[in-house]
Amino acid sequence: MRTLKILLTSALVKGLVGQAVGWALGYSFVALLRALRGLPTPWLYEPAVAFGAIISLLGFLVAAGVLADWLRWIVGKKTELKHGAPAGQPGWARYINVDTNHKVIGVQYAITSILLLLVGGYFAIVFRIELAQPGMQWLTNDEFNTLFSAHGIVMIAGILLGVGAMVNYLVPLMIGAPDMAFPRLNAFSYWVTIPSAVIILMGMAVGGWDTGWVGYATLSLKAPLGVVLFLLGFWMNGFSSIASSLNMLVTVTTMRAKGMTLFRMPIVVWGSIAASIIQLTATQTVGVALTLTVAERVLGLNFFDPVGGGDPILYQHLFWFYSHPVVYVFVLPGLGVIAELLPVFARKPLFGYRWVALSSLGIALVGFLVWAHHMFTSGMDDALRVPFMFSTMLVAVPTGVKFFSWVATMWEGKLPKNPPTPLLFVFGAISIFLIGGVTGPILGTIPTDLHLHDSYWIVGHFHATMFGGYIFPFFAALYYWYPKVTGRMYKESLGKLHFWLMLPAFWVMSIGQMSVGLLGMRRRVADYDPALGITTTHILITLAALVIGWSVLIMIYNFIASARTEPAADTNPWGSRSPEWQIPSPIPEFNYVTPIEVVGEPYDYGLAGSVYTRTIAPAPSGD
Amino acid sequence: MGRFRHFINIIILVILSTVALRLLFDVILALPMAASAEARPIDHLFNGHFWMISFLFSLIMVMMIYSIFVFRRADGDETDGPHIHGNSKLEITWTVIPLMVVLGFGVWGAFTLNEITRPKDGEMTVNVTGRQWSWSFKYPEQGDAAAAELVLPVNRTIVLKMNAEDVIHSFWVPEFRVKQDLVPGRETTLRITPTEIGNYRLRCAEICGQNHTTMEADVKVVSAEDFQAWIEQKSAGPSFADMTPEERGAYWASTEGFACVACHTTDGTPSAGPTWQGLYMHNVKLADGSTTEANDEYLHNSIIDPNLQIVDGFLPNVMPGNFGDRFAEREQEVGAAEGIDLDISADLIAYIKSLQ
Repeated sequence: MRTLKILLTSALVKGLVGQAVGWALGYSFVALLRALRGLPTPWLYEPAVAFGAIISLLGFLVAAGVLADWLRWIVGKKTELKHGAPAGQPGWARYINVDTNHKVIGVQYAITSILLLLVGGYFAIVFRIELAQPGMQWLTNDEFNTLFSAHGIVMIAGILLGVGAMVNYLVPLMIGAPDMAFPRLNAFSYWVTIPSAVIILMGMAVGGWDTGWVGYATLSLKAPLGVVLFLLGFWMNGFSSIASSLNMLVTVTTMRAKGMTLFRMPIVVWGSIAASIIQLTATQTVGVALTLTVAERVLGLNFFDPVGGGDPILYQHLFWFYSHPVVYVFVLPGLGVIAELLPVFARKPLFGYRWVALSSLGIALVGFLVWAHHMFTSGMDDALRVPFMFSTMLVAVPTGVKFFSWVATMWEGKLPKNPPTPLLFVFGAISIFLIGGVTGPILGTIPTDLHLHDSYWIVGHFHATMFGGYIFPFFAALYYWYPKVTGRMYKESLGKLHFWLMLPAFWVMSIGQMSVGLLGMRRRVADYDPALGITTTHILITLAALVIGWSVLIMIYNFIASARTEPAADTNPWGSRSPEWQIPSPIPEFNYVTPIEVVGEPYDYGLAGSVYTRTIAPAPSGD
Repeated sequence: MGRFRHFINIIILVILSTVALRLLFDVILALPMAASAEARPIDHLFNGHFWMISFLFSLIMVMMIYSIFVFRRADGDETDGPHIHGNSKLEITWTVIPLMVVLGFGVWGAFTLNEITRPKDGEMTVNVTGRQWSWSFKYPEQGDAAAAELVLPVNRTIVLKMNAEDVIHSFWVPEFRVKQDLVPGRETTLRITPTEIGNYRLRCAEICGQNHTTMEADVKVVSAEDFQAWIEQKSAGPSFADMTPEERGAYWASTEGFACVACHTTDGTPSAGPTWQGLYMHNVKLADGSTTEANDEYLHNSIIDPNLQIVDGFLPNVMPGNFGDRFAEREQEVGAAEGIDLDISADLIAYIKSLQ
């Protein structure tokens, strides 16, 4: 009963109620304007639904209290930062209320991310079962199209939130800071993602959409109503990306511990910097693409439809100028996690620290120059296609530096005979990111891309990049930092079971997808011709997808069960030199009770007597 | 000495693994048959990439697995690994060599691209039109013969001039290897030189809405003589004056006519639009809740002004609203050629009437 009351009065529930109210108000406002002009408003009238969605975002933020502090500042009142559960409520209640502690926000991001990954993964399983056999079994074309479109955008939202989880939780700890630079903005960045996700999912309820997550014009202009909510939800999620990346860059720039020079930061921080630079500078262009599409649909302006003088290719340029670099936002923090964990377990310094750090910036930079490789078949002139082919091939160079440095770190290293789960996931990540990496240049050279473009080869390549660069490192990070976050160790046997189910299943899925793609399987089709000879492979892909789904459920069970039953973990179970492992688990509210200073290199494993950080002795009092 | 032995092991393992993987590619990652002149240089590039994929995958995986098993911690060993920070010469090496390799592949790709896109002697133009969700083809050099299947003479370079009527589509026949989008508002071009006589299938490769999956057409590569015979038969065209209204209606509904069948089935299953089977004079429930009878007037209105009355369960704005103009144009053409007065809409209604 008390639990129910805590839930019902939480910011989460208030926000959702506020969102529903906001939606109703926005819808009614448009209906009222029409009524004043003597026009009837049909049910699910598109401009009313769209305006309602925009107001619903405000409704959520106001009702949840995310804007409360800023609104009070306007009238000249001072406010305190929110730390801890509302008065008289148990500690867990702070996770469903607005809280400005970066670790709480990190955990909120992580849980929301996993929920979205489960939802998006569920969509994939539903349409994967349809694809196991040729012919239509249990979905219509419309349902299939909506499911794969929603799978794409929900997974991307889930991944962005997972990146937010890693960056928020780890970066302040790793640079020795008490919190992020702008804690209220940090809370805003998290909470804005929830109404955005709700709006995207509502798009499925009002007719779905069939454009895929790319939403190409002119299809997006003809698609059912759901596409408007998809575009608006995607657009609102951009606020989170822009605000959180700004916050992260300011934090790293201004709040590093004494002696923490740029080249003495843990390597995850470098990945986060590169990812944040991309998010801060590229998100706006996709925002423009989405805004123009909504304006063309709802307000009748003309940007993309050639009938009125627009150009559908313009959308693709605006879209990919963000959406190519954003895949590096997904993978760079994950690649940082790989580089962070390998030295700890190999008991050897990270090989070529500066090269690894700068290769992240290199990938971010080159990532801005390659967007048009998504458009090699769009009819671009060869004088443009060829330069984009060369810039695309350059991505392989800094990526290669990362692989070689990881391998050189492991070389002659003392890796444990029985690798614990986080290390297994790092090995898995390297092998899968390698599949994703080596299958990339073949898409970069135009003649081979002309065959592979929009085929299942792309699906295989892309999923390998995402699983190797994000999903596996994210899971490695969850297992690795779990004892630091919860103060308890996860169940090792279940962790290993998760890994040994997921890794082979993913290999089968990924290689299967590439195989059917080479033979002529197109992307985003609900059905295929059995004459292509790909039915058996499709059955294998579906089975593998089911195994991956089940294995993730094992992980979630492991985390929930272990938090209750496992004994307390050591402060530093992995023997890491990173500063967050030198303080108690769970970590105190403001991280370092006594400030730390950096006096050595971060990855000097194997150097006797070397120290990375130490606490600054309190200044002697009295003088 | 110890280090040297490890490197020898690695080299041997990488070579073995590379060759094994490349052989495995032919089994699990095979290309479909090559049926065009363009496929030849493209498949050479594929082969080069497959070797590179096999080598790079082997290199990293062998080194990683070797490290995991050979260097791993011995029982009872509690010491750390060797304190090696890095090696700038090594870093420069594995930056510069991959740079050269990828630039090399870029040059190879650019030359191949030039080879497959440059104009060739004796080209023949075919106009391709894509729309939701059907294809049609016109042969401007053969008196504008029109067809719903793409019939091509073997060993002659075909220039496909492609236009989309509504949204982006993409032309892909896997055996020809090359792909090109059809973009509304601009004409795109693709060159193919079929080299193998046979039947293939064209499938739209860019998501184009509800029935994207079934946006397909037959592609037939035939000998020059067979092509000539086919063109003559096509140019003769059907004699509309000799056909009954039902027969004409069936022709207009087919993909050779106005491709109504891309969205309206004649077997009772609903698609993007309502089925035509058993439609005539039956009651139709509309999206606004009212009911109407599918009489001649309703059918005529639904063909000419499709958004006027939307059937319950179907979406507005899916069916183009320009059939009136397109019918008038065709009626005039046929009228000029055969001297008869046609009413395409009435023919279609007659055809629908026959589908009980």
